[in-house]
Order: sequence, then structure tokens, then C-alpha cells
Amino acid sequence: MRRHQIALLAAAVALVTLPYWMSGVYYINVASQILFFAVFALGLNIIAGYGGLVSLGHAALFGISAYVVGYLLQHGFGHASAILGALLAGLAATAVYAALALRATGIGFIMITLALGEILWGLAYRWISVTNGDNGINLHGRPQPFGIDINSATAFYYATLIVFVAAVAAVAVFVRSPLGAALMGTRDQPRRMNALGYHVWAIRFWACMFSGLLTSVAGILFVYYTQFISPQTLALTSSAEVLLMVIAGGAGTLLGPIVGAGLVVVVKSVVSGFIERWNFLLGAIFVAIVILMPEGLVPGTVRLWRRAWQGKNGTSP
Amino acid sequence: MTFWLVLTVNSITFGGLLFLLSAGFSLIFGLMRIPNLTHGSLFMLGAYFGATFIGGYLTLQFDFWVAAVLAALSVAVFGAVIERLLLRQLPGQQMAQVLVTLGISFMVADFCLLLWGGDPINVATPQGLAGFVRAGPAVFPLYRLGVIAIAAAIAAALWLLLDRTRLGAMIRAGVDDPDMARVVGIRVSQLFTIVFALGAGLAAFAGVVGAPILSVYPGLDQDMLPLALVVVILGGSGSLLGSFVGSIIIGFIYNFGQALFPELAYFVLFLPMLLVLILRPQGLFGRFVP
Repeated sequence: MRRHQIALLAAAVALVTLPYWMSGVYYINVASQILFFAVFALGLNIIAGYGGLVSLGHAALFGISAYVVGYLLQHGFGHASAILGALLAGLAATAVYAALALRATGIGFIMITLALGEILWGLAYRWISVTNGDNGINLHGRPQPFGIDINSATAFYYATLIVFVAAVAAVAVFVRSPLGAALMGTRDQPRRMNALGYHVWAIRFWACMFSGLLTSVAGILFVYYTQFISPQTLALTSSAEVLLMVIAGGAGTLLGPIVGAGLVVVVKSVVSGFIERWNFLLGAIFVAIVILMPEGLVPGTVRLWRRAWQGKNGTSP
Repeated sequence: MTFWLVLTVNSITFGGLLFLLSAGFSLIFGLMRIPNLTHGSLFMLGAYFGATFIGGYLTLQFDFWVAAVLAALSVAVFGAVIERLLLRQLPGQQMAQVLVTLGISFMVADFCLLLWGGDPINVATPQGLAGFVRAGPAVFPLYRLGVIAIAAAIAAALWLLLDRTRLGAMIRAGVDDPDMARVVGIRVSQLFTIVFALGAGLAAFAGVVGAPILSVYPGLDQDMLPLALVVVILGGSGSLLGSFVGSIIIGFIYNFGQALFPELAYFVLFLPMLLVLILRPQGLFGRFVP
């Protein structure tokens, strides 16, 4: 347990002091991206990892919140009402989405979420009078929470870090809560949970809502970061990217999606500097991870680490 | 009146194309229990292959129909390779198989972009079908009527294959109860390869046949895959009749939607899916709830 706390403290110190030892606006921006994509991946991980419900339409929920911020700001609303509106719209969309997708589980859930995601993408692409089509919506400026200006890269990084820490804490509390335990129960033994008197559908529904909340928050951070939203954000590629973060890092673990987000964002930023073929690499990594390391990097590494540690102490058989 | 008549013919044509695409999708889904997310990519790959064969970029210039059959055969082989080399590595793990098909679809899309570039390729209508048909005040392109005939012929052939042959009986047995089919000595995993290749070939053929209407462009895969998904959710998985009826319905809704409210055409597809999911989750003619 003590090693755990030291690692946590070291990570916290590293994150807080990051702008001081990581020089250059570019790297601080990459760090911000990792943090808000980690929030997104944490959100997807709630249902995909802990609930066993793999969604391939999460980018649409992410995109809805971002679009609502853009649309409301364009129509003269303030930042506070834009953010509030985006959260409400994201939650409402999630409720409809969950009510439909939870007609099925497993493969059926994937199909329905994929179809819903693609339909919302098509809507963003073609409903030009509202979304401005392929040209997207541009934002001008970031909000000033409590009068603090977050237009600089460093200030935005700290704002994102605060949201990120809150999201991690919320997920940690959720996982240890009775609802979190019940959710994992519905993943592993849905019929037994039903027989025990748990309302399996309601548990899954509320897990989807929590997932949708985190996704909306990440979407709002995203749109304030890029100052731009276009249908590309809702595309299947984006849903697949965030799913890759969850699976690559390790679905159903707290740390997995964060590590996965770091991995995908870094590989994407590094690779796009050299070649244009990010989608090919995304597909190849997907296939490789699913076939070679289905448990993900974090559980895989933990297993190897434990084995090495036990071997050193001579306790392993 | 003429407007509605033309729109109706267009809807049936599009429904026919969708049937060619979704029949294989539905069979693969019925047998292997996975939505094959490469299906849109196979459609696009077939269309690009066909356009290349027809355009004569490989020094040889093929007739439209020869090119369509060649494209279907090459993509069928590609499908068989995917099934044998990758999906076979993950027996019984449906979730992992779906993710592998998703990964492959990105690789295929990027590969096509690399090879054929970002500009749309227009494919000329085959010579015999280039004309028009007059029916009173309405004028129909002959090719669209030809597509309807082809789709009907292939639907009949597929029905004969599934309903009247030994292979068809084995496939139906595999769809209804894979474990029991294995017990009575049917090699279900071999059927997987056959059905996957068949579905891939049909999708590619649909891609070439659709090319003179839709043209060939990057992103065609992402336009077609959701349509196949919605058809199968609507019609029910593993049922030929389901994909036929579903395709026609979606063909109508999509075309009428595009003509009447172009901005929301994609969204209107959502309505039949919504109704089916609420009232009949296994789809209109589905054999099981996925």
C-alpha cells in the first residue's frame, strides 16, 4: 500500500509541476490533450470496462456537447449558459441513447451505438443551417472561471488538470460504491444479479448517464481547447480512437484509460509529424492489441511486474 | 406525379443496391454472430477495383460486367483471407472479432486513399444500359431499371442457394443453432469462411454496380456501413427476407428523405430503427435478438 501512495504522490507532483519542466507551448498543449481525452476515456471505461457494454458511438455524445457550446456561443449566449446547456444536452442525448441501446447487450449494444453515432455524424454533416456542415463552427476565446484568464496554454492546462483530478476522484468513488459493485455484477453475472433482486437495466442506465456526464465534460474541454468543432469529431474514427485508449490501457481499470489516452495522443502527435497515415496505424494497433494483448497494457504490465517482484522475494512457486 | 414516380424508381434501385450489400452482412451476422464492420470497406474496395478494371489503368481494359465479376472475386478472396488469418485467431470471442473488423476497415480506408487519392472517380454506365425509357411524361435511366433486375435476380439466386441446396441447408442450420449443427457433423467453421467470402463478394459486386450512380470516393465505406447496419437492425439478422424488406424500406425512406428534407435525410433513417427497437427488438423477420 505504501508503494502505491508514493507512486500517486509522484504522479501528482509531476502533473502539477509539468509546465515548469516541460518547456514549450506545444508539449503543454499535448499534455492538456492527454488530460481531456483521459476524461473521455474514463467515461467510456465506465460502461465498456466496468459494465461490459462496448459503445462505438461515444464520439457522438462528445460531439453533441461540443456543438452545443459552439452553437450557443455563436447565438450570443455567455460561457456559463453555453457550458450548462452543453451538459444538459449531453445528458439528454445520453438518456435517449442509453434507452435505445440498452434494448440489447453485447454485440447488439455495439451495433445500435454504432448506428446512432453514425446517424448523429450524418446529422452534423448535413444539417448545414445549424452545424455549418463540413466547415464547422469556430469559437472565439475561452471562459474566465472566477475571473481567471485561461487563454494561455499553461492556464488552460491547469484548468484541465483540475477537471481531470475531479473526474478521476469521481470514478474512483463510483467504482468503490455499491452502484459500481452492482455494475460489475451485471457485467459478470447479469442473470444472477437479476435473481438477487437488482434492477439490471436501471443499474446499466445510470452507469450510461455517468459515462455520458464525463463524456460531455470532456467534449466541452475539447471544444474550448481547439476553438473549433466539425463533423470529423463525431466520426467513427473518433469513437474508435477513444475505445482504443480504453482497450489499449486496460478496460475495467482506473489507470488503464489514462495510460491509453497518453499513448494514443502521443503516438498520434508524433506520427502525424512524419506521415499522413494515422488511420492505417490506428487500425493496425487495434488489430495487434486485440489479438496479442487483449487485457491491455496496464493489467499486462502489472501481471509481469508482480511476477518479477514475487520471484525476487522467493515467494512465487 | 412524375416527380413521385421517378423518386419511387430511384428508391427501389437504391433498395436493390442495399440488398446486395446487406444480404451478405446479414448472413455473416446470422452465422458468426458478429456485425462485420469491414462491410462498407469491402463495398468501397470493390468499387475501386471495378473502376480500375474498367478505366484500363492496368493496360487491360475490361467490359463493365467482367470488371464487376473480377472485383467481386478478388474481394471475396480478400474476405476469405481476413476470416482465415485474423478472425480465426479469436474463436468464440465475438467482441474481439468485431474490434478486429473495425481495425481492418480503417486500414482498408487509408489504403484506398493512398492508392486512389482523394478525388472521386466517376464510372460510366455500361454501354447497353446507357439509354432512357419513356413512360408517359416520366423518363427513367435504363441503368436504374437494370440494377433493379440484377438485384432481383441475385435475390432469387440467393434464395435458391439457401433454400434448395445442401450448402444452404447447412448455413441455415448454422444460423439457427451452431452448436447443434456441429453435433450433427456440419463443419461450421468452414461455413464461416464460405459465408464471409460470399458476403464480401456480394458487397464488392454491389460497389461496382452502384459506382455509375454513387461514383467512387473516400468515405463511401462510412456512408454505406450505417445503411447496412440499419437495414439489418430493421429487417432482422440472419434472414434473407428481412434484409430484402429492410433494404426496400430504407431505400424508400432514404430517397424520399433526401428529396423532401435534404438536411435531415440521414436522421430520418433513425425513425424506423427507433420503432423496431421499441416494438420488436429482433427485427421484422429476425431469428434471434443479437
